[in-house]
Amino acid sequence: MLHSHTRGPRRAAPKQPVGSWRSPAFRSALIQALAVLVIVILVFMLARTVAGHMQARGIQSGFDFLLGSAGFDIGESLIPFDSLQPYWMAYLVGLTNTLRVAILGIVLASILGTLIGIGRLSKSILLRGVCSVYVEFFRNIPLLLQLLVWYLLFTELLPDSQAPWHTGPFFLSKGGLSFPIPTWSTGLGWDMPVLGEYAVENGGSLTPEFLALLVGLSTYTAAFIAEVVRSGLQSVAAGQSEAAHALGLSRSQTLRKVLLPQALRVIIPPMTSQYLNLTKNSSLAVAIGYPDVVSIANTAINQTGRAVECIALVMLVYLSTSLITSWLMARYEARMALQER
Amino acid sequence: MQRPLSHSVSLIVLALGLLGSAPSFAGKTLDTIKSRGQVVCGVSTGVAGFSATDSNGKWNGLDVDICHAIAAAVLGEGAKVKYVPLNSQVRFTALQSGEVDVLSRNTTFTLTRDASLGLNQTAITYFDGQGFMVPVKSKIKIAKQLKGQTVCVQSGTTTEKNLTDFSKANGLGLKPVVFEKLEAAEGAYFSGRCVAYTTDVSGLASTRNKVAKNPADHIVLPELISKEPLGPMVRRGDDEWFAIVKWVIYGLMEAEEYGITQANVDAMKATNKDPAIGRILGSTEDTGKLLGLDKDWMARAIKATGNYGEIFERNVGPKSVLQLPRGSNNLWNKGGLHYAPPVR
Repeated sequence: MLHSHTRGPRRAAPKQPVGSWRSPAFRSALIQALAVLVIVILVFMLARTVAGHMQARGIQSGFDFLLGSAGFDIGESLIPFDSLQPYWMAYLVGLTNTLRVAILGIVLASILGTLIGIGRLSKSILLRGVCSVYVEFFRNIPLLLQLLVWYLLFTELLPDSQAPWHTGPFFLSKGGLSFPIPTWSTGLGWDMPVLGEYAVENGGSLTPEFLALLVGLSTYTAAFIAEVVRSGLQSVAAGQSEAAHALGLSRSQTLRKVLLPQALRVIIPPMTSQYLNLTKNSSLAVAIGYPDVVSIANTAINQTGRAVECIALVMLVYLSTSLITSWLMARYEARMALQER
Repeated sequence: MQRPLSHSVSLIVLALGLLGSAPSFAGKTLDTIKSRGQVVCGVSTGVAGFSATDSNGKWNGLDVDICHAIAAAVLGEGAKVKYVPLNSQVRFTALQSGEVDVLSRNTTFTLTRDASLGLNQTAITYFDGQGFMVPVKSKIKIAKQLKGQTVCVQSGTTTEKNLTDFSKANGLGLKPVVFEKLEAAEGAYFSGRCVAYTTDVSGLASTRNKVAKNPADHIVLPELISKEPLGPMVRRGDDEWFAIVKWVIYGLMEAEEYGITQANVDAMKATNKDPAIGRILGSTEDTGKLLGLDKDWMARAIKATGNYGEIFERNVGPKSVLQLPRGSNNLWNKGGLHYAPPVR
């Protein structure tokens, strides 16, 4: 959609010599270049001031610490991590933990949010009421509070890890959810969780910290997504569903084949910001002990004292994940755009 | 896509700008304190016995008393202190940027902190060590039995690293669950999320006796897995202020050694014949002048808080809530480690 105005010969641009003040294209390019220059100079000056101040106070700085051995363990990690490995590996573990919860959260929140958004337009008063209450409840309570409540539920209500609830090979306790994972060492086998002396051992497991964060983020964001979906569906002209009805389409067919495809174009941009919010909100993980990238940075700051560098890295992580998400969504939006023929 | 990017950039610029424009210190810390009329003291957000507020919002504890003594020595009144509660992530930045004059916040002295943070470690006020607390019903008696278990720990402390070192050295494969806040780490332990909770033994005593529903349900394991010398820190680059903080602490220990207490300080000052006591109390020699203070500096400090022994007994000793034994924190001539250089 970015360059749609160049597609058709709607208006002939007045002929201007290149580099003239009177050419709007040249003027805007110049202004943008100047703005970028000012920002670069500002950032450079600030970086120099910060470095100068730190040097004057005898504070060591630089990113060289990233190559040094981290020296601390991380409770859960998708990639094998050992405390002797360098700080950048620790950051990478934090990043994968953040992405793990963000991606799963986005999927869950989208499914739940869409269902509730559709539910809010249902004919049934009960369903409509339940969905409205859900949205108002989850949207109006601060997320941090919700996360703490979820975590409290997981750690207070579940049984001790010595005596977990279990059905078949699944164990649920304060130690988290344990389940069998397939292994490929000598043909396909299963790594089964077993009850050890103090806790469930072996098998795959999800910690209560991860579960609380995932559930908390998904249910909270789903409330916002529900509103996005509802407003998107309502933006489709009433004549569309009336026409579909007249053609003999059932309600569910109308929804799937007429309303949702048209609503999608309106839904995508606000949906993108909900996805970005979810990713950024995952930084609240530190309150409930999930080792995301912020939690790792906190530890790194304390071990090394490189506060500016560590915070800059965290900013870089969130900035780049957000930009990548936006870029992907913009591409999806372009694909979904109305093709004018 | 243009707008969010430029927004983020301007945010970064703002954030860096705040950092860049932090006040640079003109002149001496002592002059600033005198003109301000207050010592600004960085403390913890609440560790019973060391720095915590009582029901009236008044700060109490061993670390707090050190600040009282400094304020009494420098400004003449122990009450002229402003307390700034700092969590473990921001404590060093707050001291570096000049937000606080002294960081008296159960902080461990280490090489990295001494050499790379632009800070000076003054004198050790408490010899501590890291340990584990477990529920009695877990039947764990020694730390080696924790093999493969989860351990709750607060982030931003030397604790995490010690835990890893201990786990590695003994092949235990302990799994840390790291919380930003002390209350969250304690809460998770008491809820049963972790088999053990780890921090300095003084902190364990504080948690066990103040937070646990029934202290008898929890035991501190016998092993100490690290050395944790705790004490106040000051900014580097102001040697006069560094000396004042150090010598107030040494003075409090010397006072205990020579039997000067909060109750008898005035009487001793009037009647004493011992030249060593005369030097501490300023009745014979003016030791304060050398530090840029007046001759009564130490007498005022002792009157404000009592000597080191009294501070210990009142805040963390066997008769306090924490009930910590004097142990290594006794004076050198009573079997402990505190050996203050002479006020001479």
